[in-house]
Amino acid sequence: MEALLSAIPWGPVLILLPLAAGIVCFVFPSTAKTVGLLTVTLVPLAVAGLGWRLLAHGVYHHAIGGWGAPLGIDLQADGLSLLMLAMTAVVGFGVSLYATGYFKAEKSGRFWPLWLFLLAALNALFLSGDLFNLYVTLEMIGLAAVAMTALEGARGALVGAMRYLLATLVGSLAYLLGVALLYHGYGTVDLGLLAARVTPSPAAWAALGLMSAGLILKTALFPLHFWLPRAHASAPAPVSALLSALVVKGSFYILLRLWLEIFSPMSGGVAGLLGLLGGAAVLWGSSQALRQTRVKLLVAYSTVAQVGYLFLAFPLAAGMGLTAWSAVVYLAVSHALAKAAMFLAAGNLMRFGGHDRIVDLDRVVQRLPLTAGAFALAGVSIMGLPPSGGFNGKWLLLQAAVTQGRWDIVGVVVIGGLLAAGYIFKVLGHTFTQADVPHEPIAVPARMQWAAVLLAGGAILLGFLAPPFLALLAVGNPFAAGGAGS
Amino acid sequence: MSWEAWVPLLVVASSLLPGLIIFGLAEERVRLRTTFNLFGAVVKLALVALMLWGVFHEHHYEARFGLLPGLELVLRAGPLALLFVTLSAVLWLLTTVYAIGYLEGSPHRSRFFGFFSLCVSATVGVALAGNLITFVIFYELLTLSTYPLVVHRGTEAARRAGKTYLTYTVFGGALLVLGTVWLYTLTGNLDFTPRGFVHDLGPEHAPALVMVFALLIAGFGVKAALVPLHGWLPRAMVAPAPVSALLHAVAVVKAGAFGIIRVVYDVFGVEFAAGLGVMRPLAWLAAVTIIYGSIRALFQDDLKRRLAFSTVSQVSYIALGVAIVGPIATVGGVVHLVHQGLMKITLFFCAGNLAETLGVHKISEMNGAGRRMPWTMAAFTVGAFGMIGAPPIAGFISKWYIGLGALETGQGWVILVLAGSSLLNAAYFLPILHRAWFRPPPDRWPVEHDFGRKETAWALLLPPVVTAALALGVGLLASVPFSPLDWVRLVVQREFYTP
Repeated sequence: MEALLSAIPWGPVLILLPLAAGIVCFVFPSTAKTVGLLTVTLVPLAVAGLGWRLLAHGVYHHAIGGWGAPLGIDLQADGLSLLMLAMTAVVGFGVSLYATGYFKAEKSGRFWPLWLFLLAALNALFLSGDLFNLYVTLEMIGLAAVAMTALEGARGALVGAMRYLLATLVGSLAYLLGVALLYHGYGTVDLGLLAARVTPSPAAWAALGLMSAGLILKTALFPLHFWLPRAHASAPAPVSALLSALVVKGSFYILLRLWLEIFSPMSGGVAGLLGLLGGAAVLWGSSQALRQTRVKLLVAYSTVAQVGYLFLAFPLAAGMGLTAWSAVVYLAVSHALAKAAMFLAAGNLMRFGGHDRIVDLDRVVQRLPLTAGAFALAGVSIMGLPPSGGFNGKWLLLQAAVTQGRWDIVGVVVIGGLLAAGYIFKVLGHTFTQADVPHEPIAVPARMQWAAVLLAGGAILLGFLAPPFLALLAVGNPFAAGGAGS
Repeated sequence: MSWEAWVPLLVVASSLLPGLIIFGLAEERVRLRTTFNLFGAVVKLALVALMLWGVFHEHHYEARFGLLPGLELVLRAGPLALLFVTLSAVLWLLTTVYAIGYLEGSPHRSRFFGFFSLCVSATVGVALAGNLITFVIFYELLTLSTYPLVVHRGTEAARRAGKTYLTYTVFGGALLVLGTVWLYTLTGNLDFTPRGFVHDLGPEHAPALVMVFALLIAGFGVKAALVPLHGWLPRAMVAPAPVSALLHAVAVVKAGAFGIIRVVYDVFGVEFAAGLGVMRPLAWLAAVTIIYGSIRALFQDDLKRRLAFSTVSQVSYIALGVAIVGPIATVGGVVHLVHQGLMKITLFFCAGNLAETLGVHKISEMNGAGRRMPWTMAAFTVGAFGMIGAPPIAGFISKWYIGLGALETGQGWVILVLAGSSLLNAAYFLPILHRAWFRPPPDRWPVEHDFGRKETAWALLLPPVVTAALALGVGLLASVPFSPLDWVRLVVQREFYTP
């Protein structure tokens, strides 16, 4: 058994399985639902297999076709990659379960190939160790995501998708220019080799600027978030969930890797700038969310705010790398679960009442208790209240900030949490009261409700899983370079 | 884990699991739901009795789980924890009986009892928390599980009250978390320790410690309704009567007061805190709250609102007793946790009975209520006299010890506060009693329900009579072994002051 588990090339499986399944779905649309569900059930198992390997043998390397870097394609995974893969697998499973109830036959035939393609690209991204492969995966993700945004075909969705397309293309282009500069200057695109070679120079500075700007645009960090609320709010609910939970994390992951491996030694002021933008994002996104009158837009602006938290760690990393980066990963994974659950819950509300106006929610808590419960549980994590993954993340972040006397960041985290409570309970309060115009409800399939509960429950459960979570994250010591010691 | 580690877990689980099951029950499964409720409440009481016996004989009940690097979730049954757990378990059973009667036939009972059980689980978790982080977690859970109870009726007024409640409590929670993180970065430890764990820090940390103390007390002060953080409490009165009863007597305000006790004795250590100079301001704040709450209560015509302001005033006796800094006053403050709980829950049960049976919500409508509902009003009278501090009811014991402790430490002004507050209590309770017993009843009650020869339903009448008897009993039998007073003496000797 152990020999078998060791023999399976988990990395390629994680990429090729969804890719092949996506092609099957595209060619035989009638089988899409079955093939899709089967794939998203197998992917978590493959991630578990990879996790077992990581714990047993340490960092994972796989040279495709036996060609190593810098010539061939290298796949690699440490604790950070694994957690990202696990996050993708779990959110992907929940959203897929939901999608089987959400999409009717024709839309379903278009959704599954795109989603499986996106899944393959995300897995490839988290397994890549060189800048050019990362670029390729980034483009694949961008295209799949834009196409999925436009899936609804309505005018609003198309406008949102066009804006999204523009943003993602510009972002990729900036990133590619940076890669070209680095390749020209240092003769390699392998992260490990670059880490050893890069020295502070104008070319490296320009590359840092271009790549960071491109990735920030794709991650929708304030003030480059302009494309996100429209795109995420107008897409179909399962797509919104995937975009907010996973797609923005992909580009953030690349930025984090670049930072940890290459740029952190040469970037004094940039860390401060990223922290500043992160803080602004938290405050701006949360206060905009508070102003929204529709559930989906509110949830989308909440993503703008939550992305901001991820950047608050950059200025803190110099003194307390491990704590700050652990906080970031914790926040990223819990946000993925909670935000996916929220979008799915919002989708249920729209299906049920035909609209998502907050003031007209009309006693949803009595009619769709599971959906209201999922929204509330996800909200607990987003607000950062215990017990939840969001609380653990914020606790670690606050710990790093207080220890270093960064009271400005402490203030942002606390105020951000209060504003989040404001917008979450704005929705929940109306689910208890009766609206002026009562609903004529449309039934929502049970699995669409349970999918939201499953993901929200996951975000809560993360609050109890810190020891194994942080132990996994430590495999391969991904933060060794990014900040001195603890 | 030894079997003794399971006991605190089971105490929490004995209301958590029934609560989760009840959420899933269909609305009309009344009997099954009642069975789960009462089963959980009785099991909890039995477990608490076991722990009382064990702790008295110096057994240790403790459960630990890894939570975050360097932090654990700790549930531990010490003498102080048990005081609060016992109060919660006893009053939960009575309130459950009351709520079953009160909500009979009303909609969404599965949801109500589900959150009700979660709320009690959170309270018990607060009581058993063995370190500050565990306390904070259950404290926040308490906020979340009481919100649906406050907005239970689903009216626009309920929604607004819920919003006010959350604004205050979430804000308080944020201050609390901030204070806790700060403390952790200073000490690297959050375990509740008799006589505190911060005194090893050098004097250069004193300003930071004062700030931490202020943050923690402000965080707990919101739920304990210390002025000026009390605004949510009167507005939360839109909730159904059993919720108000539980909120005021056990769950929410007491969690805040209990937090203050924990911070003073088990985080800072009372003598160290006095050395920091933070106890005097706390005493003043408590005194102001006591007087302010009483004055505001005077001017309320709505019975529940008057009782709410009375709670604002009475709960601060606990903080006052703690802040005087002396073993005798401490006994008075801590024992008031139990005494106020028994008396206040009686009063709220009675207010609920008047509303449910006669449709009486205002004090001006209470003329002759004593003739129509003698048992209810007798219980109310015991509670009211207890609040005033008339011997031999429980409230007298608390005030006596607080006053004695103040004299012992040379703080005569506290006597003035106590006397003023007692006068004000008399001024807002005696007119109610006068109306109820000595004025003629009206020709028609606002909305009268007929219960035959009984004055009201058994489930509504029994709980207040029992709690009134308890309030009388713990006062009369204060010096008997295992009375609350006796137990608090044990707590203070074992945990609070250097022998």
